Amino acid sequence: MTTTTQGNATTQGNAATTTRESAGTAIHRSAGTAHTRVEGRDKVTGAARYAGEIPFADLAHGWLVLSTVARGRVRALETDAVLAMPGVLTVLHHGNAPRVDTAFVGMMGVPPDPSTGLFQHDRVPHMGWPVALVVAETSEQAREAAGALVVRYDREPHDVAFSARREAEAYPLDGHMPAVVEKGDLEAGLAASAVVVDAEYTTPEEHHNPMEPHAATARWEGGRLEVVDSNQGTGWVADELARLFSLDRASVRVRSEHVGGGFGSKGTRAHQVAAVMAATVLQRPVRVVLTRRQMFSLAGHRSPTAQRVRLGADADGRLRALEHRSLNQTSTVHDFVEPSAAASRSMYAADAHHTASRLVKLDVPTPTWMRAPGEAPGSFALESALDELAERCGVDPIELRVRNEPAVGPVSGLPFGSRNLIACFREGARRFGWAGRDPRPGVRREGRWLLGTGTAAASFPTLAMPSTAALTAEADGTFTVRINAADIGTGARTALTLVAADVLDVPADRVRVHIGDSDLGAATIAGGSAGTRSWGWAVTVAAQELRRSLAPGADIPPEGVTVRSDTAEALGALALKERHAFGSQFAEVAVDPATGEIRVRRMLGIFAAGRIVNPLTARNQLVGGMIWGISMALHEEAVRDRASGGLYGADLAGYHVAAHADVPHIEADWVDDPDPEDPVGIKGIGEVGIVGAAAAVANAVWHATGVRQRDLPIRPDRVLAGGDA
Amino acid sequence: MREFGYQRAYDVSGALALLDGDGEARFLGGGTNLVDLMKTGVERPARLVDVRELPLNRIEPAEDGGLRIGATVTNSDLAAHPEVRRRYPALAQAVLAGASGQLRNMATVGGNLLQRTRCGYFADVDSPCNKRDPGSGCPAIAGEHHNHAVLGASGHCVATHPSDMGVALAALDARVSYETASGAGELSLTDFYLPVGETPHRETALPPGALITGVTLPADGTAANSRYRKVRERASYAFAIGSVAAALDVRDGQVHDVRLAFGAVASRPWRARTAERVLTGGPADAEHFAAAADAELAAARPLPHNGYKVTLMRNLVVAVLSELAEEAAR
Repeated sequence: MTTTTQGNATTQGNAATTTRESAGTAIHRSAGTAHTRVEGRDKVTGAARYAGEIPFADLAHGWLVLSTVARGRVRALETDAVLAMPGVLTVLHHGNAPRVDTAFVGMMGVPPDPSTGLFQHDRVPHMGWPVALVVAETSEQAREAAGALVVRYDREPHDVAFSARREAEAYPLDGHMPAVVEKGDLEAGLAASAVVVDAEYTTPEEHHNPMEPHAATARWEGGRLEVVDSNQGTGWVADELARLFSLDRASVRVRSEHVGGGFGSKGTRAHQVAAVMAATVLQRPVRVVLTRRQMFSLAGHRSPTAQRVRLGADADGRLRALEHRSLNQTSTVHDFVEPSAAASRSMYAADAHHTASRLVKLDVPTPTWMRAPGEAPGSFALESALDELAERCGVDPIELRVRNEPAVGPVSGLPFGSRNLIACFREGARRFGWAGRDPRPGVRREGRWLLGTGTAAASFPTLAMPSTAALTAEADGTFTVRINAADIGTGARTALTLVAADVLDVPADRVRVHIGDSDLGAATIAGGSAGTRSWGWAVTVAAQELRRSLAPGADIPPEGVTVRSDTAEALGALALKERHAFGSQFAEVAVDPATGEIRVRRMLGIFAAGRIVNPLTARNQLVGGMIWGISMALHEEAVRDRASGGLYGADLAGYHVAAHADVPHIEADWVDDPDPEDPVGIKGIGEVGIVGAAAAVANAVWHATGVRQRDLPIRPDRVLAGGDA
Repeated sequence: MREFGYQRAYDVSGALALLDGDGEARFLGGGTNLVDLMKTGVERPARLVDVRELPLNRIEPAEDGGLRIGATVTNSDLAAHPEVRRRYPALAQAVLAGASGQLRNMATVGGNLLQRTRCGYFADVDSPCNKRDPGSGCPAIAGEHHNHAVLGASGHCVATHPSDMGVALAALDARVSYETASGAGELSLTDFYLPVGETPHRETALPPGALITGVTLPADGTAANSRYRKVRERASYAFAIGSVAAALDVRDGQVHDVRLAFGAVASRPWRARTAERVLTGGPADAEHFAAAADAELAAARPLPHNGYKVTLMRNLVVAVLSELAEEAAR
């Protein structure tokens, strides 16, 4: 007899588990049903402590002093007056700070962020460069003393003027993607095309600004350096701190239990290095927390981009030639590539296919990875250009994408792991009500509002990085997973609980998961949308091994039975393929042409992003990305003041993201798309949600008004200027 | 941040006595602006005198039939008051267009009038700013000024006044009452704010050490047909890039009486008296509304990146007056 019991799968419930009893054996299925976060109650009650609020005895507080010039040298620091202020313990700067070694390539395959080379010289490479750390008994004393510290500079002329005109001095550089990839004769392809779209697009400097500011506390404990931090990978930060301070890797422990958002900004940065320096000098615990304003120069950013897309197509929209060129800025002390053009390499088939991402060095802070680096700005340009091509050819934008769907990687020629982009468009079109859409722009009015709809494609690479996990069968019948994963708000801790429970065939509440501690062993970071896939892989392998090693009915010894896994070999054996998650974005907007106001009315994203382990947190991730896309389309813009070289309005009052009232009916869902190679079927959902979202909004604005907006954000003044501002 | 003293006053004379004319002391209302500025070092008072407990939290009929609003009435209570909503709808709409629910629960009428500009250079203590640090310069003029003033600015400062409430009060002929140690006084809202000129750091005509005690709205039949429209790049929780408060009385298709004020275009709520003169006695139609807006905006001196505000305000005046004219015709 077979009976099926459906657990409580509502969003209100605790861990929901589908249990199927068959021939006396219970088969537990946790993954695929909605589970609230295992640490959710702690978070909403305040029991979960974040890095900046964990108590330490004898804690001292450091406050960073940032440069007020954009280029030059520190001539003098008038520290005597500050050292005499109440509570001040020390002032660290380039004249007295411990030495660090920054000449290495870290776990991410790149040198450390240059801000980790703290107080090593008198050069100031950008506005907001840390020039001193004031440490005092209280945070308030440190802040007041930091504000009082007089720093004298030898100022030099600076250059922060990013624009498309800088392309002549730009250089290509391979980042996490090759800089330049060319296939076929581009000019011949364009010349032979019946229709050519040639358009330039720009995106501004953007900042991640997670809700929880960067914060680190460092102390020496029993001969080990211990850092309590908020980061995307404790192994990554521990490894870099060990190298920076020339310490044995085993003598550094970094913990990061709860993280209030990262988005690429939470690696090793100035504040951890400052805290370690001060803890070393003072031999007591020291905490350094960044202010929101400091985050704008010390937490990294997404470079502005200037992009040019040329598409050549036959009259029916079939592409002959595709060119995507992108320019981004980096600092004078580090090369960081925002590979916007690379995002085009896997999307559409064309005989001639040229993509190139280039850099120009300016006196600005070093940009870094920010959610969907490359894909987010790159998809705005490419997917806007596709919409322009659809208009020119008189082909429906979805049909245009169907006609250019590649059988294999458009440039690589490699097979796709799986590619369900068109399924996403079909399902999205059905749910959004796309059929019968009048393609004419500027013809729908409702009161003072012009209405329009738009769509765009999304994609993001599917990656997996080597990780290790340990899994213990406890004597009390529970299981403990130890893996140095990072839950930066994604729900990774919960997802890994469900993954382990399913392989072990036990209810999820019998599994506890320990993460966020570099002593747990080697595992990849929360990044590249690869965290849950990579860690889930390691947990699955360990759980499978544990099941094999446990004799049915055998007693578990008091210390438990532990197995360990390492996925390096399995991942190394994977064949070369085009592995991506895909998606379709749909938006409806209202535009008031008299005031330039734009309001998104509804948005739908349908994704093909592997097996969804926890629909509740997955939806949260995808909708979060789409909301970020609304912000990218309409709000986000860091304005760099050319005269000072600093940012104008560097706080969340000046740097706008969508407010609740800007987020109307918004829905994310998915089509069935389990990854055939991943033992759980996961692809990764952290970044694909933002990709294409801004283009869908911009395409809807065109459909509403008949005016192409090729510069983000689409501000009211740009609408009033008819696209010329 | 600087250590500061904190005292709480329970009546007006007590508040004035605690302040004691001390230039380093500040009255604290809801703290929604002052405390932020203290955190960033823009304001560094040695002492705060908290006036939230003063018995000035009532909205009452005024002697002339108008309405008297106490200085410590919160923005939330002001916007929700039935008499304000019925007789002065533009004021309720303006207050609700500002800030967030949480901030409106804290912010007071008196504090709202004294809030400082949101110019990013003013907020950044590392930047020059003639308003914060007289004589240091105004980087906005050659720098970022998308949301700076187009009317009444000077070569010394192009910052705008951020209040929504103040724009409605300017249109509604509100008067601000205050007390000092030497007696009480009153200013019309339009005289309350000083022109920028060469002294952008001097923002109001309040005597030193004065405490705002309330705002009085005159009895005004036209005000019942009033509205406030705010334009901003996101739907909520943002300062205006342009706003209009207007009250309109149309009789036989002609403008019989009109009040018009602009927000986010000047260092103070901008009473559009030139437009009012053009409008009064003329036809209540879009063409005439546009001509009146143009007359007012002829004085605009936009900078390279804020010229859109002239277009925006013209469109906004036409839209708001047209809506009011339609409502009056119903």
